[in-house]
Amino acid sequence: MKRMKRDAALKIIAGHAEDSLVVAAYQAAFEWIVIRPSDYNLIATRAMGQVSSHCLGLAVGRPERRVIGFDGDGSLLMNLGSLVTIGDVAPTNLFHFVCNNGVYEANGSHPTPGSDKVDFPALAKAAGYASTDTFDELDDLGARIGDVFARQGPVLIDLKIEQGETYPQDYAYMHSAEHRAAFKAALRES
Amino acid sequence: MATATDSSLSGGAIIEAVKAAGIEYIISVPDIVTSDGLLWPISRDPDLRHIRVCKEDEGVSICTALSYCDKRALLLIQNTGFLDSINAIRAIAVEYDNPLCMMVGLQGKEPDVLPVQSNKVSVRIVEPMLDVMGIEHHLLQTTSNTESIGPAIEAAYREDHPVCFVIGQSPSE
Repeated sequence: MKRMKRDAALKIIAGHAEDSLVVAAYQAAFEWIVIRPSDYNLIATRAMGQVSSHCLGLAVGRPERRVIGFDGDGSLLMNLGSLVTIGDVAPTNLFHFVCNNGVYEANGSHPTPGSDKVDFPALAKAAGYASTDTFDELDDLGARIGDVFARQGPVLIDLKIEQGETYPQDYAYMHSAEHRAAFKAALRES
Repeated sequence: MATATDSSLSGGAIIEAVKAAGIEYIISVPDIVTSDGLLWPISRDPDLRHIRVCKEDEGVSICTALSYCDKRALLLIQNTGFLDSINAIRAIAVEYDNPLCMMVGLQGKEPDVLPVQSNKVSVRIVEPMLDVMGIEHHLLQTTSNTESIGPAIEAAYREDHPVCFVIGQSPSE
């Protein structure tokens, strides 16, 4: 299976993210806050599996803002029902990316259940997402990411990725009250 | 309409108190205790936006994210769903000091006993678990108890902490 370096894929997406509200978890979170530093980033979801549901709350609470989520495959597997909830609410401003590496990278890189079978785009489509897509090559992602963000949400994008460069794992910042306060303040001011 | 002196619990009084406290969103998984008296009326109330979730921990995140947007929400669930969502409640509401407002029906609670005196484990442990997590809680047993709703929700959002209303009997419509 072809895979993209995660940080390289995130850099391409960051080039089109503008001032989107972004929720990210685990390794993608640590990379994203370096690639796109912004108070519009929220990496404090704390409980595994909760990226998609945070995104839904933000998308409903701020319907005029684009909301991007960077989920993990293991994380989304813990909250598959959220696909159905999102499909039901159908926020047009929600773009749900799955950083799919087929393993629990933060927990010893054990395979995720069904990693060679699970089709997240098919699950999302069946749950009511407006559109889905899969990317496993950086050139293709770069060529079509603008089209992705021109779509009406909810959109789910399966990113076939693998670990790229090493980034600092700043857990103190991730869980700090200052991080959450900065995100809330940025939302209030915009 | 039930009065404050009744032994009954008025669902209408709960809904009015919730709305008066600025709640705009109800996030729910159905609960037989609150189904007729709260959830069906809420689902028909044009002043409330109702989001049905598949699992209660989704609602913990949705309510929290809405609070980041300065929107107030209530998570309406059953005791079993509360127990299933402990990790999310612990992590997102307690450790992150977020104003998660929950209303929990006690499915299986016997009439005329306090929840902690119930023979049902799933009922008996709810309030002690809230205590262990340091979550303020209020028992709504009769309509007069609904007076606690407004001040408790206001305090939760003002002081950034979770709060839980435990429903002691099925509310009337």
